[in-house]
Amino acid sequence: MNNDELKLILGELIPSGTVVESSEWVTLEIPYAEGKTIARQLRFTSGLDFDYLFCLTCVDWKTHFTLVYHFSSTMHRHSLVIKIKLDHNLPEMATVSDIWRTAEFHEREVYDLFGIRFLGHPDLRRLFLTEDWVGWPLRKDYEDPVNMIKL
Amino acid sequence: MFEEVGTTAEGDLVINVGPQHPSTHGVLHLIITLTGETIKNVEPHLGYIHRSIEKMCESLTYRQFIYVTSRMDYLSSHINNHGCALCVEKGLQIEIPPRAKVIRVLMDELTRLASHQLWWAAMGMDIGALTPFFHAFREREAINDIMEETCGARLTMNYMVPGGVMVDLHPDFQKKVKAFIVLFKSKIDEYDELLTNNTIFQNRMRGVGYLSKADAISYGCTGPTARGSGLSCDIRKLYPYEIYDQLKFDEITEVDGDCFARYMVRLKEMKQSLSIIEQLIDNIPSGDFQAKTKAVLKLPKGEFYSRIETARGEFGVFIVSEGGTTPYRIKFRSPGFSNLSALNHMAKGHKIGDLVAIMGTLDLVIPDIDR
Repeated sequence: MNNDELKLILGELIPSGTVVESSEWVTLEIPYAEGKTIARQLRFTSGLDFDYLFCLTCVDWKTHFTLVYHFSSTMHRHSLVIKIKLDHNLPEMATVSDIWRTAEFHEREVYDLFGIRFLGHPDLRRLFLTEDWVGWPLRKDYEDPVNMIKL
Repeated sequence: MFEEVGTTAEGDLVINVGPQHPSTHGVLHLIITLTGETIKNVEPHLGYIHRSIEKMCESLTYRQFIYVTSRMDYLSSHINNHGCALCVEKGLQIEIPPRAKVIRVLMDELTRLASHQLWWAAMGMDIGALTPFFHAFREREAINDIMEETCGARLTMNYMVPGGVMVDLHPDFQKKVKAFIVLFKSKIDEYDELLTNNTIFQNRMRGVGYLSKADAISYGCTGPTARGSGLSCDIRKLYPYEIYDQLKFDEITEVDGDCFARYMVRLKEMKQSLSIIEQLIDNIPSGDFQAKTKAVLKLPKGEFYSRIETARGEFGVFIVSEGGTTPYRIKFRSPGFSNLSALNHMAKGHKIGDLVAIMGTLDLVIPDIDR
């Protein structure tokens, strides 16, 4: 399926999503409250079958966070980017690790480095840093006078 | 070797393997719950070599950050650099000269060969065969010498830069690569004789660490790990970059999904890489090895993602740019990270001795996982 066909189908299936132009792939911004429902739709709607989550990450925009999910389908070979804006004071999102198992590690990484809580995650703990680490290193306001060398 | 830490309420034994254990190839720490000798749960404990490379890159320019990526997957450092260079070129919309494209592919395939050789050496050693180690390292040495001449380094090459490659090939490059092809062709059948056809080796590999195709997709596995389960996922074929669409090579897949299938994928991939090198070594176009680029690179505002096939699987670079000289946010999607997440699923129900075989066929490089 090419990008235009994908946009058309997604427009009908997900009316709350807005298509934004940012890369070679169709990018859809969706409200976080519907995140889990839409994730299920993307995975299980025949014709879409986004069964492969190849990248899950987060960007700190100082006023809000954006979760970025990169999907592709191993059946139809089309790709999709989903973006979800999160509140900076209480960043929370429902887990998708029950739909794509790879999200279990990726969400732990995002939690570890950005402090975003994934509700319903089976084992939400720090992944790289120690349990007693204070702060979320990849946030833009993170300060660490000991370990960070400013150039 | 193993340090006991205690028992659970159900009477299961909990032991640590690593972080300093010869079969974990680096500082991987596994906390294993055992019932007798049977594995009940494997929990990887990461972070011993976490350097926060993504944070570091936020304060480095687009020329500088590529050097750091050599330190992630140190066995695929060329390919890591290549992936980053591709992403920057995508942002700047630079078309690189044909000579640079061919040099890049040649270097990538030599790296893939060297990486698979090291994996094969270590795989034998994990299982208990020490001889393969010396055989594979002998041939890998020849590749390292070729790299050293052209790039000046044997492990962290830093040879690919945005716009092409850093310097031209060494005058002896073609001669030495041709000599290597002759050498390796005479040795690769020895690999089969030494390890593949060995009954003890096959008994330890067949039927161990099964991963179904559906699970490989769900866990986001890529590279030989996923191709051993029959998933076609070679980025070189699916989303060709540089000149891969003009080359003749096969994507190797096996259907069994066990350790032996993953072993065979890598072994056959070595022959494919060798064939790619053979196709290109006499056809290196003349001309520039680098496109003309500005001294200070500025990516336009936006998001750029590039995918590339390393020896371990799909390596992704995601750059978010605000239009400045440094990336606003950069994310490296490392193949080992996703492959490792399937380890618990694969190891459950097997004996503890089999864990070493399963880990070996995942071909883990810990700095690549920890970043």
